[in-house]
Amino acid sequence: MRNALLGLAGVAAFLLLLETVPHTGLVDDRYLPPFSEMARALGDSAGTAEFWQALGDTLRTWGTGLALAFAAGTAAGMVIGSVPALRDATASTIEFLRPIPAVALIPLAVLLYGTGMEATLILVVYSAFWQVLMQVLAGVADVDPVARDTARSFRFRHRTRALRLVWPTTLPYAVTGFRLAASVALILTITGELIIGTPGLGRLIAVAQTSGAVAPLYGLVIVTGLLGVVVNLSARLLERRVLRWHPSVRQETAR
Amino acid sequence: MTTTTSTDELLSVRGLRKVYGSGPGATEAVRDLTFATRAGEMVCIVGPSGAGKTTLLRCIAGLLPPTSGEVTLDRHPVSGPPEGMAVVFQDYARSLFPWLTVAQNVDLPLREKGVARAERRRLVAESLDAVGLADVPNSYPWQLSGGMQQRVAIARAVAYEPRILLMDEPFAAVDAQTRADLEDLVRDLWHRLGITLLFVTHDIDEAIYLGQRVLVLSARPTVVLEDVTVDLPETRDQLTTRNDPRFHALRTHVHGLVQQAKRGEAARRAAA
Ligand SMILES: Nc1ncnc2c1ncn2[C@@H]1O[C@H](COP(=O)(O)OP(=O)(O)OP(=O)(O)O)[C@@H](O)[C@H]1O
Ligand SMILES: [Mg+2]
Repeated sequence: MRNALLGLAGVAAFLLLLETVPHTGLVDDRYLPPFSEMARALGDSAGTAEFWQALGDTLRTWGTGLALAFAAGTAAGMVIGSVPALRDATASTIEFLRPIPAVALIPLAVLLYGTGMEATLILVVYSAFWQVLMQVLAGVADVDPVARDTARSFRFRHRTRALRLVWPTTLPYAVTGFRLAASVALILTITGELIIGTPGLGRLIAVAQTSGAVAPLYGLVIVTGLLGVVVNLSARLLERRVLRWHPSVRQETAR
Repeated sequence: MTTTTSTDELLSVRGLRKVYGSGPGATEAVRDLTFATRAGEMVCIVGPSGAGKTTLLRCIAGLLPPTSGEVTLDRHPVSGPPEGMAVVFQDYARSLFPWLTVAQNVDLPLREKGVARAERRRLVAESLDAVGLADVPNSYPWQLSGGMQQRVAIARAVAYEPRILLMDEPFAAVDAQTRADLEDLVRDLWHRLGITLLFVTHDIDEAIYLGQRVLVLSARPTVVLEDVTVDLPETRDQLTTRNDPRFHALRTHVHGLVQQAKRGEAARRAAA
């Protein structure tokens, strides 16, 4: 409770600073308009169909990319992690592919899909996939040896072991992977829209920039920030839901 | 040493050796173990800490391949976890699944075995009742005390109705009174179900009270020091049996063997 209050006070102080600094002339208010102006511009664009269309596009690209990456990352992680030979065979390839920044793939994406939504989707899926895969691999490797022996001694079938032992052990990692992937996916969605020009908030930001609409530009930036916060909070909420039994959650809910 | 090939021999361990790792860092956990058990026998295994008791059980359970020697069950070599066997692990807390409730933990192996739903419900309820946990089926293992968790693991093995039950220090975390109750429970189950039981313990009194035989292991490098036959009456009772002069004689004898095992280790350490 006290933390929440302090947090709110922090935000208020920051907004106040944002409001007053441009008035003092410390920075040029052509590049940093006061907060009230950003808010007004945001209110204006919230009245346009164009804004809501762009927000919808961004959410669709982000959601689709995240879903694809999560499904693919989880499936690949469970399979690779469960087969030692496969894990050893893929380790170096993964270490090579993973650090490639997704933005380096922009030319390739444009070549393949032009300025369609798919071009940005590729970037989103590529970057989010690794986050999920790495976490799921760590989760599969974390299965307790005694629990594994227990499952083996009771002669659990492979399917049962995967669903009743490996998956529950991996779930906390997968949820973390989901949370990381959600943030990265949002970043790449906006990046793709901004640079490639696929439909969405990012493209609106680029348009605002070229037309010198500084206050609306900041307004849009604030929206992307808020999106990020919502994404993170929802992921944490989901974490609590599915991990009631996990040590990180159970202390907080105990009695 | 029982190397007889009597007709009702169930489990046989011959020349079992297990070395963990290789090169200079290798640990010879078990040097040479040979013994056999008849079907329906109750054999207790005692030995100093680190003697390789858990290693032995894991080899018998088909969870760990021996370095050399072999384990046979019904004259078939054990190469993986055999059918009809249940293990109560020393690390009871880690052997329970924290995402399942107590009842679900007990139920899962039964499902996997293909037991019908109504029968499963009965087995789960009965086994939890037998270990005194009838009132917590919907709790999670981590909400229970160590001793209670240990009893969940025992209930899970009991509900499974195995032909062979391996127990690795299953009562280490429970208080003295519960321990006595569980000892009687195990004796009773063994009698009723006619199972074969291998029971590892640190407690010499417990080994004699429960077993028909007590295998005393040496310190590492581990061999069988002696296979002690417990010639006490079949029906045992915490008071009468433990006050039986024969019980005391056996206890003194086994105690001496264990001391000898420890001294052996000390002597080797001094020599090294
Ligand atoms: N996975 C392993 N890798 C390497 N060494 C091991 C491993 N497991 C056991 N050991 C070693 O093997 C020896 C026997 O271990 P084990 O756990 O079988 O003993 P124990 O008789 O069950 O001991 P305790 O009574 O303390 O449970 C010990 O020296 C131990 O350090
Ligand atoms: Mg042990």
